[in-house]
Amino acid sequence: MTLGLYMAQRISALIMAPLVLLHIGVMIYAIQGGLSAAEILGRTKGSILWFAVYGTFVAAVSVHGAIGLRTVLSEWMGLRGGTLNAAAWAIFALLLVLGMLAVHGVTAR
Amino acid sequence: MANETHMSVSVWRGDAVGSFQPFEVKVEDNQTVLDVVAWIQQYADPTLSYRYACRVGMCGSCAMMVNGTPRWTCRTHVKKVLVDGHMQIAPLRNLPVIKDLATDMDPFFDKWVAAEGVHHPTLTRNDPIEALDPAAEARVESAAGIECINCSVCYAACDTVANNPDFLGPAALQRAWSVYNDSKNADKQAVLDAVSGVGGCHNCHSQGSCAVHCPNALNPMNAIAGLKRETARNFFKRRS
Repeated sequence: MTLGLYMAQRISALIMAPLVLLHIGVMIYAIQGGLSAAEILGRTKGSILWFAVYGTFVAAVSVHGAIGLRTVLSEWMGLRGGTLNAAAWAIFALLLVLGMLAVHGVTAR
Repeated sequence: MANETHMSVSVWRGDAVGSFQPFEVKVEDNQTVLDVVAWIQQYADPTLSYRYACRVGMCGSCAMMVNGTPRWTCRTHVKKVLVDGHMQIAPLRNLPVIKDLATDMDPFFDKWVAAEGVHHPTLTRNDPIEALDPAAEARVESAAGIECINCSVCYAACDTVANNPDFLGPAALQRAWSVYNDSKNADKQAVLDAVSGVGGCHNCHSQGSCAVHCPNALNPMNAIAGLKRETARNFFKRRS
């Protein structure tokens, strides 16, 4: 864990924190009085705002999670150097691709 | 067998590979763990290897694992650690074992150097001595760590060191924090750079075993938190 990785993990956490609160807040607010999947998609499809919110969320999660799991792989499984960095990049790419597919699924027209 | 007059002591024999050897030692009214080890070496088995120097908690030579806990053995009373008349003595954790209870301290001291815990003078020997204000905020931070006796108890207690051999460890980072806050230190950036690498202060998980086990009640975890704070601040400063 270098200073660069430490800062990337802290900054991604700072981005995630308000987005998590927004995510949970909107969920609780929106389901009052019942809400169907069709009604949700009706609001998110074609919305640049929701794409920006969840796109940023996914990017921050990918950075944050990959660095955290990098530490776990290093300390618990003894991975070092190139192998460790390759594993972290793979986790980052996996989280980003899966997350962006989901964002695309709910916001693309 | 352990009874009121004798205790049973298991002592590590060997290096990385070895086993515990049992000894019977007479219980005295006032007796430290180091006294027990010395008695075994003098009267039971002269081939036992161990390390000590001052016997009064100043030199930091005699630290060992006692019942799995790192302790300064010269200041640890036997009565405090005996469990049902028994105790186990092993070499310090997280360091290579040379023989029996003597560990190779080189990795520990190499990391002190790597953490840049060395003096970078602001003056030459020809200048007058600079006065220090003992109450200044930076001086108080610096002074908090200077009673370290380099015993490696914190290094042996640290789970992050155990899982990450690159980690500089609590003692070296605490030294770096003391030097960083010293007004007579001319190169703060050298210290911040030294603790920002692969094995640097950012690996610390703040578990606090160093602060719990430090025989001088120092708090290396607090020093490491200070280094994290200053390096983070500096991260943006250097880029602007």
